[in-house]
Amino acid sequence: MKELRNINSQFSIFIKKEFFHIFRDKRTILILLVMPVIQIILFGFAITTEVKNTKMAIFDLSKDFSTRTITEHFRASNYFSIVQTIQNPDEIEDLLKKGEVSLVLIFSEQFEKNLIHIGEASIQLLADASEPNQASTLTGYATNIILRYQQELMNSRQIPYQINTEVRMLYNSQMKSAYNFVPGVMGLILMLICAMMTSISIVREKEMGTMEVLLASPVKPIYIILAKAVPYFILSVINLSTILLLSVFVLKVPIAGNLFLLSMVSFIFIMVALALGLLISTVVNSQVAAMLISGMAMMLPVMLLSGMIFPIESMPKFFQWFSAIVPARWYIAAVKKIMIQGVDVIYVVKEILILSFMAVFLIAVSLKKFKIRLS
Amino acid sequence: MVLRYLIEKEFKQLRRHSFIPKLIIVMPIMVMLIFPWVANQEVKNIKLSVIDQDKSTYSQQLIQKVIASGYFRLTDVSESNTEALNSIESGKADIILEIPKDFEKSLVREKSTDIMISANSINGMKGGLGSFYLSSIIQDFAGEIRSELSIRKRNSIPKIDVIPTYRFNPHMDYKVFMIPALMVMLITLFSGFLPALNIVSEKETGTIEQMNVTPVRKTTFVIGKLIPYWFIGFAVLTICLLLAFLIYGLYPKGNILTIYLFASVYILVVSGVGLVISNYSYTMQQAMFVMFFFLMLFILMSGLFTPINSMPDWAQTISAFNPLTYFMQVMRAVYLKGSALGDLIRQFLILCTFAVVLNSWAVLSYRKKS
Repeated sequence: MKELRNINSQFSIFIKKEFFHIFRDKRTILILLVMPVIQIILFGFAITTEVKNTKMAIFDLSKDFSTRTITEHFRASNYFSIVQTIQNPDEIEDLLKKGEVSLVLIFSEQFEKNLIHIGEASIQLLADASEPNQASTLTGYATNIILRYQQELMNSRQIPYQINTEVRMLYNSQMKSAYNFVPGVMGLILMLICAMMTSISIVREKEMGTMEVLLASPVKPIYIILAKAVPYFILSVINLSTILLLSVFVLKVPIAGNLFLLSMVSFIFIMVALALGLLISTVVNSQVAAMLISGMAMMLPVMLLSGMIFPIESMPKFFQWFSAIVPARWYIAAVKKIMIQGVDVIYVVKEILILSFMAVFLIAVSLKKFKIRLS
Repeated sequence: MVLRYLIEKEFKQLRRHSFIPKLIIVMPIMVMLIFPWVANQEVKNIKLSVIDQDKSTYSQQLIQKVIASGYFRLTDVSESNTEALNSIESGKADIILEIPKDFEKSLVREKSTDIMISANSINGMKGGLGSFYLSSIIQDFAGEIRSELSIRKRNSIPKIDVIPTYRFNPHMDYKVFMIPALMVMLITLFSGFLPALNIVSEKETGTIEQMNVTPVRKTTFVIGKLIPYWFIGFAVLTICLLLAFLIYGLYPKGNILTIYLFASVYILVVSGVGLVISNYSYTMQQAMFVMFFFLMLFILMSGLFTPINSMPDWAQTISAFNPLTYFMQVMRAVYLKGSALGDLIRQFLILCTFAVVLNSWAVLSYRKKS
């Protein structure tokens, strides 16, 4: 009993020591607390794949009522803004090559006449496909506008056998990009900042030589490590709450599901990130290396393999499987489900189990690798 | 002369860090092998849930047509809307196609019928495109029915043919688009992080004071720091160019020297940012976090992954001050469109301005006396 109390007080002294370390460096703590705030605001607004006001040009060879109406439809849509009316076909190539427009719409000659009398007329869409994804989205939207005109025409002429489609957008009826990217940005920021904080702080003690002093003390290494993790866990929780507050009140992404559940999943994820930082700190010896691994080498997989920007189901099978080892993938999936879809706990059991397993596994491995004696 | 010794010293320090040379080789290989495959926003394999309450010939034909289109994969068949919604919540489906009872009957008798599409639009683009694809398939289907049952003459039905042509990348290969950008990202990471840690690490170990008591001039000192990163940047670029050719058979349509010319200016820009941050930081931890912040900013707000056009105006203004934006435009233009230096003069001047301003700042903010 006495022993336990002893350990307890030793432990709390160690935690206190860590807090002193952190608070002594006012600049670092300011950076750590302010950085996520700026990031979530900047990226929450700026990372979007919404198509808006895309610059396009129109080359109208027939200039009749139909082509003018379609042009008006394009002008009225938020997706496009017509910046140029082409007179000379030689201009087209130049406009696309210089990147002044991303889409050129070409009406064939005698468009309306063909449409009414022959029943068929053609429109050519030239898209700058050096950005393939945007190109297919743009032609998709443009085709939709044109087909809507065709539909109007059919309705007004009472063509039989029509199927009317009613489209409902679930969870995100205004199609706000923030709904898709905010969970991703949350995963990215938490993962990298937590892993960087822990790995650098431990390696720093190694580099400075103070780690030997700690290890020479009778305290078990597990407590030294836990004492290191606790303050950073608290800092991360503060970051998490500012991030959540900002996404709700500034980015207007509501929390549709259970806040408690969301916090629990986030806590587990923070533990995974801290444990990863711990693991990194056991394998490297310099702050530079710790930083390069936790900041630079991890940034790419978290950004690209987590489904944050690129949907996992579009990847080749092998990489879909590979992405399963990226913890952020599961966290982002869980946050999307809880925060935006507002689903019950049964739908996120899989994510929670995987994240918990990762946390336990990483902590176990890094404890095993943590050397009591330094070289 | 002094410069030569300074550079020699930097290289020795780099070599001693056994970790950094390894990273210069391993990271480009990993990145070029993995990321071109995953960086893909193409909307395909949309998971489709079908509620067919009609179970008629037409409804079956329509479902077959949807699946045959290649955009959709039938992953769920539900009896009711609630059941299908459950599939969406558990992630089993992305989009629901609901065919009402009497679909065929009302189409034939009343000449018109309704169909309902519900798309999970958390990812707005996926939801939007998915429902567009689905609606146009349905319209196509209606067109087929019309010509099958046509009462009027076929030529009186107006039909607009939309013919899309994709310029510069006719096969819509996303890899071609991402690889030049990934190169830019790698160069940015290397020539950004390493200098940021450099001066401040000398501060922390105390060796900077030894430098400060020598008669070395500030400019010489900073240039001595920059040149090694220049070489590292070139090494990374060359590895990337080779890998892109060897693995993906991808080579620039334009002149390769244009790429090297721009890279030489660009590396100076990013290293300049690193040195400035290094000068203002007291500890490596600070330098690392600040540099990390800026690099995330550079990468995510450059149009590398998501288009700049879609950003709000204020964010576009920030992108205009982002050197990565310009270098990436250059790389993509040279690789895909074969643009020459003449087409890229604007980017060249802007990058040069960045390089001059940032590196002068680095010289000025470096204090010999603390």
